Amino acid sequence: MILALFYVAAAIALLSTAMALSRTNATHALIYLIMSLLSVAVIFFIIGAPFAAALEIVIYAGAIMVLFVFVIMMLNLGEAGQIREREWLKPRSWILPGIFAAALLAELLVLENGLSGTTTGVAVEPKTVGLTLFGPYVLAVELASMLLLAGLVGAYHVGRSFLARDRGVKHQ
Amino acid sequence: MPLEHVLGLASLLFALGLTGLMVRRNILFVLMSLEVMLNSAALAFVAAGAHWGQPDGQVVFMLVLTVAAAEVSVGLGLVLQIQRRFHTLDIDDATRLRG
Repeated sequence: MILALFYVAAAIALLSTAMALSRTNATHALIYLIMSLLSVAVIFFIIGAPFAAALEIVIYAGAIMVLFVFVIMMLNLGEAGQIREREWLKPRSWILPGIFAAALLAELLVLENGLSGTTTGVAVEPKTVGLTLFGPYVLAVELASMLLLAGLVGAYHVGRSFLARDRGVKHQ
Repeated sequence: MPLEHVLGLASLLFALGLTGLMVRRNILFVLMSLEVMLNSAALAFVAAGAHWGQPDGQVVFMLVLTVAAAEVSVGLGLVLQIQRRFHTLDIDDATRLRG
């Protein structure tokens, strides 16, 4: 039973990834990419990593995809952009992602009712993960924080001239 | 569930991302392919960690998340710059270091 749930989620992941990378329209590709990330989150839940599943949804499908949406929306401003967006988000383009999302929700409901969420015996609890993260891996946490700082500074530096030139200020 | 099946799914996802990376020339899709590849690597880590009941896989998953977040923020800043300077998102138009 659990194996069947895994295969359904895996099929959705592969299908939506293939759809995402073969679209010509970036907005449609994003919808399929989010579906792919959600199905991977369900797979995490099935194989016994509920904390990773939550992080996948909150950070990957939430934060990182919102960055993509911001950039796509910044690239087509104005009246023409509004018309194009209305064309992009026709109801027809929501049907297949909607079916995928409904299937994943059904899987989650099945998992919640009765079946335990793991196949390997025990799920790895968030508490264990936290203790490991701030125990033996504390150096990796510091490295990650430095990487995030470097990413922040880099993104600010690359994006600053973009903002300055838009305001008509000559930036050097 | 057999570990091999999850690892097979991860490698298939990675292959899809690699194909997208090599085939697509729109820089937004190149970044999306990179996300797919990072995500498949994270899936392999979490699956291996869950197979032996150890939390290390999820710890590495969090580090992969950090790498993905840093990469995508800088990458999308570059997307804005390329769109501004070349008025296109085709990465073949941005092959020179001094644009």
